[in-house]
Amino acid sequence: MRLLKIYRAMFTTFMAIHLQYRASLLIWLLAFFIEPVVYLAVWMAVANAQGGMVGGFSAPDFAAYFIASMMIHHATFDWHMWEFEFRIRNGALSPLLLKPVHPIHGDLIENINYKLLTLPVMVVAAVVLILTFKPSIQADAAHLALGALAVLLGFAVRFTFDWALALVAFWTTRVNAINQAYFTLMVFFSGRLAPLSLLPEPMQQIADFLPFQWVIAFPISLILGRIPLEQARSGFAMQLLWICIGGTVLALTWRAGLKRYSAVGA
Amino acid sequence: MSYLRIAWSYFRVNVLNELAYRTNFFVQVLEAFLELIVALGGVMVVYSHTDNLGGWTAPELRTLIGVYMMVGGAIALVLQPGMQLLMEDVRKGTLDFILTKPADAQLLVSVRQVQIWKLTDILLGIVLLIVSMLQMGQSLSGVQVLNFAVTMLAGGAIIYSFCLMLATLTFWFVRMENVLFIFNSMYDAGRWPLTLYPRWLRGILTFVVPVGFAVTVPSQALLGKLDGGTLLLTIALAVFMLVASRLFWLFGVRHYSGASA
Repeated sequence: MRLLKIYRAMFTTFMAIHLQYRASLLIWLLAFFIEPVVYLAVWMAVANAQGGMVGGFSAPDFAAYFIASMMIHHATFDWHMWEFEFRIRNGALSPLLLKPVHPIHGDLIENINYKLLTLPVMVVAAVVLILTFKPSIQADAAHLALGALAVLLGFAVRFTFDWALALVAFWTTRVNAINQAYFTLMVFFSGRLAPLSLLPEPMQQIADFLPFQWVIAFPISLILGRIPLEQARSGFAMQLLWICIGGTVLALTWRAGLKRYSAVGA
Repeated sequence: MSYLRIAWSYFRVNVLNELAYRTNFFVQVLEAFLELIVALGGVMVVYSHTDNLGGWTAPELRTLIGVYMMVGGAIALVLQPGMQLLMEDVRKGTLDFILTKPADAQLLVSVRQVQIWKLTDILLGIVLLIVSMLQMGQSLSGVQVLNFAVTMLAGGAIIYSFCLMLATLTFWFVRMENVLFIFNSMYDAGRWPLTLYPRWLRGILTFVVPVGFAVTVPSQALLGKLDGGTLLLTIALAVFMLVASRLFWLFGVRHYSGASA
């Protein structure tokens, strides 16, 4: 109960902060918009060059896939890995540590608040893309409901791993290259570049050992009804497994990192 | 000539500054390679399902990525740092120090900041371009090389003028960092030939954010896919943009209100 009250207070605070920077909020969204449109255009061109179908995807299927990808990428993304370097270099972490709750709570609420504020714009973007690219959408309520749950769990997977990654800043202040390496893996193995079934065989095998497909590809497949409902259960199990792994890594790095934190600039 | 000398001395000072931080070099090389991996990996995946993408073969597309990396590297080398510094200076009022110098202020803001490690992007782009051209085994005609040089120069001039105009807006709107973010997001789309995109996006990437002129057109020139009309349009646009951005800059500077005013 106490935590809920804290969450509510944080939510209003972050709302006020975010509304201060309305233009920046909107401009950030552009990055979510461009990438799927680019890959969508590329794969539609491939489908058309191959007589309309590639690996079970027609041009309208690709449209549906990448529009869903855009929405799920937006729903699950976070930006701690950019913030932590600043927090540690400038000692901005110190006041956060003095608060009676773990800083991860604040980050979570900030994230949710940002998502809720920007969701309407993303919906408009999706509608624009739907009207432009005419995707084939056949979804039933059961798939949509389970898909929504998969997005939530995917968010949890990404949040734990990204937060753990952000903590690398305790050891080095050159996080930029590390972040970029992480994003490179993510683009290839999450399904944002292409549906995973279109990747070459060895890459598909690598994807099975990484958490990323459970963030993007699995929720997309559920929402678009590309996997039967019976298979959803094993997917959820994998998501939970990765949340546990991510959570463990996170807890361990946090404890080890805090010991190194010297509160620069305090 | 004195302009070149000014640019050269700024460049030297920047190099000397950067050489003090040599790890930056390795970080930069790593980042350049990651970008290359994303670009080439995407091409590999796509071309495992087709051998022709909107009229472009795989080696042709790798040539385009080479150009993309060269132009992107050049932007990150001089344009972006200079423009960022300009925005900061206008916000803090420290542009006074530039305006009171006896040389032309537009020249000074354009050349005074260089991120030299971005040269690795340019080098990597050149290597990729040469390797892809060799793979195709096509002989290059003199006209193609000439067209490539001309369109690269023109494309560079267009991008430069465009960025300068964006940065000049900072005299009216003080917080402009986001504009650079918009530019970078749009530039990413230049990794693929513009001809793939739906018409509205192609329009934006050609005339609103002129990525097309900087990447697609020079690649077409090098591959002998360029028609005379586009060539003339590119040159004409370059001249127009250079003049327009110059006038806009002079107009903007007059709006500058000075230190902590």
